[in-house]
Amino acid sequence: MTTHPRPLSPHLQVYKPQITSLLSILHRLTGLFLSLGSVIIVAWLFSLAFAPETYGIFVESAHSLLGKAFLLAWAFCFFYHLSNGIRHLFWDMGRGFEMKNVRRSGWVVISTAIFLTAGIGCNLMYYTKASVLSQEQTAQPTIADVTYSVGTYSVTVTY
Amino acid sequence: MTVSSKKTFRSPLKASRGLGSAKDGTHHWVVQRLSAIALIPLSIWFVYALLTAIMADANAARQFVAQPVNAILLFLLVEAMLYHGALGVQVVVEDYIHKPCCKITALVVVKLGTVVLMAAAALAIGKIALG
Repeated sequence: MTTHPRPLSPHLQVYKPQITSLLSILHRLTGLFLSLGSVIIVAWLFSLAFAPETYGIFVESAHSLLGKAFLLAWAFCFFYHLSNGIRHLFWDMGRGFEMKNVRRSGWVVISTAIFLTAGIGCNLMYYTKASVLSQEQTAQPTIADVTYSVGTYSVTVTY
Repeated sequence: MTVSSKKTFRSPLKASRGLGSAKDGTHHWVVQRLSAIALIPLSIWFVYALLTAIMADANAARQFVAQPVNAILLFLLVEAMLYHGALGVQVVVEDYIHKPCCKITALVVVKLGTVVLMAAAALAIGKIALG
């Protein structure tokens, strides 16, 4: 069979990157990342309910530098997908389709996501190992006031 | 019907149902939006709960999930999240995987995997909430 050279459509890299197209593919990428994250949430719940001896993995990971970097990336994906999702819902109502508004709402979305992710970053910096008491379900409860602090929030629990 | 109906073999009933070639009309689009709207308050609540209660330690997390209102909200969050995620991943698979056998396998894995995760999450929340 002879093949004739046929014209190919231009590859992605010949197009000038635009806020519209970049944010569109970022919505899909963050959505995929969040779908993988939802598996971790289910694993966390399952560990909490049925396998307390494995719960340390989640605590250790959340305190490691790599784990915190992962949580920060997760936070960005969440806040971006959330705010861009709201932008999509406005489009679904037929609002904000003028190019000027599409670009403007794009910048609002990306700024919101970065701002909120920075807030989570501040919280994670203060999330230290000292606040962790016991990871074992079988630990004997003792009468004591323990104050947990995660960032600016603190919870006092009486055992 | 006007002149155009004489040129087509489609019945007026078919046209008025408007279900298209996928046979489910706008169902996918609608449920993706509904689950998205549900996830806005639920996910913000969950992130707030993570920072204020859940991340402290296992006991704090268990005490939090054991509260009935928290258990209900967490259940709704996890089910809506998994459903919304499955709808999204389904579209990604349909867009980028073209080989029929790979596409169908991936779609089945996504759908059945979602059901398994939904069941596991529901059982875990139920166990903690019911003690």
